[in-house]
Amino acid sequence: MDFRLGPKSDAFRAEVRAFLDEHLDEETIERAHQTGTMHSREFHRAIGRQGWLAATWPAEYGGQERDPFEMTALRDELRLAGAPTDGMGLSVIVCQTIRRVATEEQKADFLPRALAGEICMSLGYSEPDSGSDVASIKTTATRDGDEWVINGQKMFTTLAHVADYVFLLARTNHDVPKHKGLTMFLVPLDSPGIEIHPVHTVGGERTNATFYTDVRVSDHFRIGDVDRGWDVMTVALTFERGGFGLSEADRVWEQAVAWAKETRRPDGSRVIDDPFVRERLATMRTNNEVARLLAYRTSFVAATGGLPGVEGSMHKLFYAESMTSDAAELVDMLGAEGVVQRGEDGAPVDGWVEHLFRHAAVTTIYGGTSEMQRSIIAERGLGLPRSGR
Amino acid sequence: MDLNLTDEQHEVVSAVRAFLTDHCPPDVVRASEPGGFDPDLWRAFCELAGPTIGVSEKLGGGGASLLDLELVCEQVGSFLAPVPFIDGAVAARLLASSGSSGAAGLDLLIAEPSAVGTVALRPAVDGTATLVPSGSVAGVVVAMDADELVVVTGDGDGPAPSNLGSSPVADRAIRVPGRTVLGTGDMARAAHGQAIDEWRTLMSGALVGLGEAALAIGVEYAKNRHQFGAPIGSFQSIARDLADAATLVDGARLLAREAAWAQTDDDEQFAPLASMAFLFATRAARRASNVALHVHGGYGFTLEYDIQLYYRRAEAWPLALGDPRQGAAHLADALFGPIEAP
Ligand SMILES: Cc1cc2nc3c(=O)[nH]c(=O)nc-3n(C[C@H](O)[C@H](O)[C@H](O)COP(=O)(O)OP(=O)(O)OC[C@H]3O[C@@H](n4cnc5c(N)ncnc54)[C@H](O)[C@@H]3O)c2cc1C
Repeated sequence: MDFRLGPKSDAFRAEVRAFLDEHLDEETIERAHQTGTMHSREFHRAIGRQGWLAATWPAEYGGQERDPFEMTALRDELRLAGAPTDGMGLSVIVCQTIRRVATEEQKADFLPRALAGEICMSLGYSEPDSGSDVASIKTTATRDGDEWVINGQKMFTTLAHVADYVFLLARTNHDVPKHKGLTMFLVPLDSPGIEIHPVHTVGGERTNATFYTDVRVSDHFRIGDVDRGWDVMTVALTFERGGFGLSEADRVWEQAVAWAKETRRPDGSRVIDDPFVRERLATMRTNNEVARLLAYRTSFVAATGGLPGVEGSMHKLFYAESMTSDAAELVDMLGAEGVVQRGEDGAPVDGWVEHLFRHAAVTTIYGGTSEMQRSIIAERGLGLPRSGR
Repeated sequence: MDLNLTDEQHEVVSAVRAFLTDHCPPDVVRASEPGGFDPDLWRAFCELAGPTIGVSEKLGGGGASLLDLELVCEQVGSFLAPVPFIDGAVAARLLASSGSSGAAGLDLLIAEPSAVGTVALRPAVDGTATLVPSGSVAGVVVAMDADELVVVTGDGDGPAPSNLGSSPVADRAIRVPGRTVLGTGDMARAAHGQAIDEWRTLMSGALVGLGEAALAIGVEYAKNRHQFGAPIGSFQSIARDLADAATLVDGARLLAREAAWAQTDDDEQFAPLASMAFLFATRAARRASNVALHVHGGYGFTLEYDIQLYYRRAEAWPLALGDPRQGAAHLADALFGPIEAP
């Protein structure tokens, strides 16, 4: 066994750090937090130009053929630096799916621009009445000659206000079971008939409700076969889980430890010498280590030719749930001052703990809720009978 | 990164597993209670993998790494095998690291493979090491007595007090004639500290095995027991607890193996990782055995069902080292340095 990512990843990590020193400034990070839009067009382009949106891709796509551990190192460094990476994450999911299911013509049209960071993708699966049960969506696409006409509403279309396309799941057939009448589209967001309304969240992240009224797209924008949208979703979902490594919890833990070492209480004692503080930080460090190992295992399974379904769910479940409870412990640890927010004088740990508390809750919800992950672990991992749902 | 075992490690694990499947079914575990030691099983086990396998070959051992030992411990824990493998392995390695003063004790363990060695985890009080793991059956005991790390040989004073885990724990007098001082002062404390970290790591392995086996029993029961016309495993609140426990056990296994690996490959991280592994494996094993007992309903509470064997040990085994929250404080010392004097 060897628990190090390895010399290749270490070398790449150093490269990424140098790149971040040059291309990621405090202003970009601060702007993302101010606006809640975890995306910067310039930074996204810079990453694209560097070839890192296609870091693991084959050379025929202009990729760098890096292994999953190098990808982990890349993501680790982006996380530790606090870089706004939503656009990167969403675009990579869409590109990976297009690569697997789209026509050569579509690949030639979308992939070079997307992998270069010139365009950004968003995901339009969820609707007001369909989230976990995403196959029950109601947005429709109706054929009209060589065109499709889209009508309906999507909810939580993150980055739609800055992205160029939405990867949109629509119903194309009402006469078959719900999974069998869906089709996927890549809809240009500047099409007439699209309205985008902001939705603000407790974590400060902005997402959107998007409305589609008689939006027309040509058949070129249909990804995958008609009525086989669920197959496309299945491919896309495998890219949603995985590639993880360190998380916000690792970054904030480091910040909290540094703060606790340099901060003194009114009685002159160091915060880090308080036994309650020590126990919480030690417990969180342990959970972070387990989350990291579960993430790295996911990369390892992928790197050795496996499909890390259950492993990915275990990582998602554990990191989200432990980050949520550890963030609450850390706010408590800060006492009355724990509520003071970033930007205010005297906000402990520059307000990052308070921010982590607000952000953490969403990690148990998006990308498949904790309940969905548990079902996958129970049924596919433990072989328990399918539950009634 | 490589999370696979070597072929050789696979072979060892399968051999130990096959042996324990044949020789250590739950009946054997039950028969060993309350003393928690089966001398026949131990003798046979030592022919396969005695506790001195973790000593270097030039000192007469088997040259196994701490990771190799951890893998064996996962199996020992999985079968709740009433054999003092962890304590013996840690004692042998501590004696081996003590130079010439440890030689006599080590020779004894090597000459007689089924001789039982152990290390008192907590410092002796007035010349008595209390509730020493395997203390009721050990012939070689290493302990801290004030400023000295000492080794004593000879039989103990009697059987284990009846205890939650049916473990062979017992007090041992260590100011006895013929005792050997292995070291004094900081050197002694460091050697003893290293042995405890190895114990933490190997116990983590055993707890992972225990948790995994308990979970498997719970899952099997949940698939077969029907209520309201359906297997209880199809009820989400049952599946949820089992899925959570499975995640904890998988995490604990990775962390226990990482700690064991670090002992040879990432020395600086070994001490904090050993503490983390022990804390987390304790949590995972307790949660898994508690959930597995609970899904049995009333039957889980009866002595007839095997799950109680796991449930009691998951709580009891880690306590040999004291309050687990003290363990978190110990980890904090390793991570943040000691508390500053006011
Ligand atoms: C900040 C944010 C960003 C997001 N970004 C995007 C995006 O970019 N694109 C996109 O398409 N979506 C996005 N989502 C939507 C997200 O994927 C959904 O919120 C999520 O899938 C849950 O769906 P829901 O909100 O409709 O909750 P529901 O599905 O209504 O669930 C409500 C509760 O019921 C539980 N539940 C549901 N079904 C079951 C079941 N069978 N068994 C047990 N419990 C169940 C859930 O776990 C949850 O706790 C985002 C959400 C948020 C909050």
